[in-house]
Amino acid sequence: MFVYLQGIITLICINLLAVLGLSLLTGFTGSFNFGQAGFLAIGAYVAALCTMKLHAPFVVSLLAGMLASGLVSIPLGYPTLKLKGDYFAIATLGFAEAIRLLVENLEKVTGGSRGIPSIPPLTTLTILLPVTLACIWLVRNYVSSRHGRSCVAVREDEIAAQAIAVDVFKYKQVSFFVNGLLAGLAGGFLAHYVGFIQPSMFGMAKSTELIVMVIFGGMHSVTGAVVAAIILTGLPEILRAAAAWRLVMYGIAVVFIMVVRPEGLMGSWELTFASLRSLCLSCKAFARRLYGRCFHGIA
Amino acid sequence: MIWQQVINGISIGGVYALIAVGYSLVYSVLNFSNFAHGEVLMVGAYMGFYALSALHLPFFIAVGLAVVVGGLMAVALEKVGYRPLRLRHAPTLYFMISAMGLSIFLQNFTIVTIGPNFRTYPDIFPTHPIMFGALAVGYLDLVIFVITAISLGLMTWFICGTRLGSAIQAAAYNMRVAGLMGINPELVVSIVFFLAGASAGVGGVMFGMKYTVYPWMGNLTIKAFIAAVVGGLGSLPGAVVGAFVLGITETFAAAFVSSAFRDLFSFALMILIIVIRPGGLMGVVATEKA
Repeated sequence: MFVYLQGIITLICINLLAVLGLSLLTGFTGSFNFGQAGFLAIGAYVAALCTMKLHAPFVVSLLAGMLASGLVSIPLGYPTLKLKGDYFAIATLGFAEAIRLLVENLEKVTGGSRGIPSIPPLTTLTILLPVTLACIWLVRNYVSSRHGRSCVAVREDEIAAQAIAVDVFKYKQVSFFVNGLLAGLAGGFLAHYVGFIQPSMFGMAKSTELIVMVIFGGMHSVTGAVVAAIILTGLPEILRAAAAWRLVMYGIAVVFIMVVRPEGLMGSWELTFASLRSLCLSCKAFARRLYGRCFHGIA
Repeated sequence: MIWQQVINGISIGGVYALIAVGYSLVYSVLNFSNFAHGEVLMVGAYMGFYALSALHLPFFIAVGLAVVVGGLMAVALEKVGYRPLRLRHAPTLYFMISAMGLSIFLQNFTIVTIGPNFRTYPDIFPTHPIMFGALAVGYLDLVIFVITAISLGLMTWFICGTRLGSAIQAAAYNMRVAGLMGINPELVVSIVFFLAGASAGVGGVMFGMKYTVYPWMGNLTIKAFIAAVVGGLGSLPGAVVGAFVLGITETFAAAFVSSAFRDLFSFALMILIIVIRPGGLMGVVATEKA
């Protein structure tokens, strides 16, 4: 049971890393990334190959995967981020498919569609958990910094953002780069946790799953992304019987959220000490009011 | 050899054209890409498949059914997924997400209810090719080409030759002013989605006959979207030209480089066009107005 739980937490952390990047890019900066799985794949393959072929230490492999995935985002973002969001969305989608095709066909390096077996299982919670928490902290700080607020301005209205001297393209590019780094890191951890990677693990279904997590949790909140990643990674474990219907439900839920509550589960609410205190205070005020009303009624 | 590839390219380009026109039509009026278009195609393909294999209807009635079902499906999707967002002027990002939700739902609903198997259309047309000298043209390809040409012709006639078509053109030019001139914008949007869905329905039957029918066949329409981008999003003649350019590029890449890397060439073509001429081959570069 303990090992099983450990496995779920590991998966949650890995998904969380990929979702964090996506939350920054899509949630806060407003560029819709359809192809997160492609970045995950780059991270996973580069890290796995570094460990297997170059016998690099785990940390070095992780960093290599991370960097590779981040660097790829620069030439991809350069032509597409300047244009309307539609082009960027389809370019990322195409990119993910292209990566999958490349991995499938460069059989000598990547093992083709059979994948890479027996990668040493180096991912442990003792490394993964602190890294994940650190990343959450970093993204959270970035988002509430001046740069993060510029990202939000870009999301809300590009022309207005430009008018107040926000470099729209630069912030999109930075978000895209950070997204690539985080996805690459997640990929590296994934490869060294599952111990086996193949192209079909990084298909459109994976991209969809990750973007759904961002939308579920609330596109304007890091807390939302974290909560959604925990719930949506854990839920399928509980609802194993309804596995086939899970994606049907996701579809309905996404449309429903967009139509009824586009800000998602958390809206722009963040879990911080300050927000916790104000939550406590408003609860207390509510309780007091309730208390007062009851007594008023009796008297 | 080269001419043979050109013919193959035109045959696949024709189907792309049918679907790309749907993307461009919606974009020209509403300024966003309907990323759930592929699922309409899938529904049309299944409709045609069951009409032919289970109900044993004549071919043209089956196509007609796919057209009607595709059109109505597209209108229904618009009412459920897009209309509420349109009314509150939501950002484009939300339209894309809503479209993704609709796609996920339709794909997986089909997988759960009908099943994930690949299905093949019954053989309606002879499978042997017709020879023109040294060039072989598939009988099916010829039929597909003729049907595509008829559909595109009908659509051109509708948009350029009827009152409703003029209303669509006016709405594409400026929706708000068109509304002031007594054009019902909601009606125009519904008609536009019906037209797009109907052409996707035909495209679905064509795709199904040429290849197979399966729940995630909607993903194929990425190619049609690329065609629409290459030709210039929002331009209908552009969509047709882009589709043929893409079709020929693909067949040449498959024939002379490697069929495994065919899709890489399509995406590279799109990126190339975006870099060199963001408005597409026949579109105009539209700057966003505040």
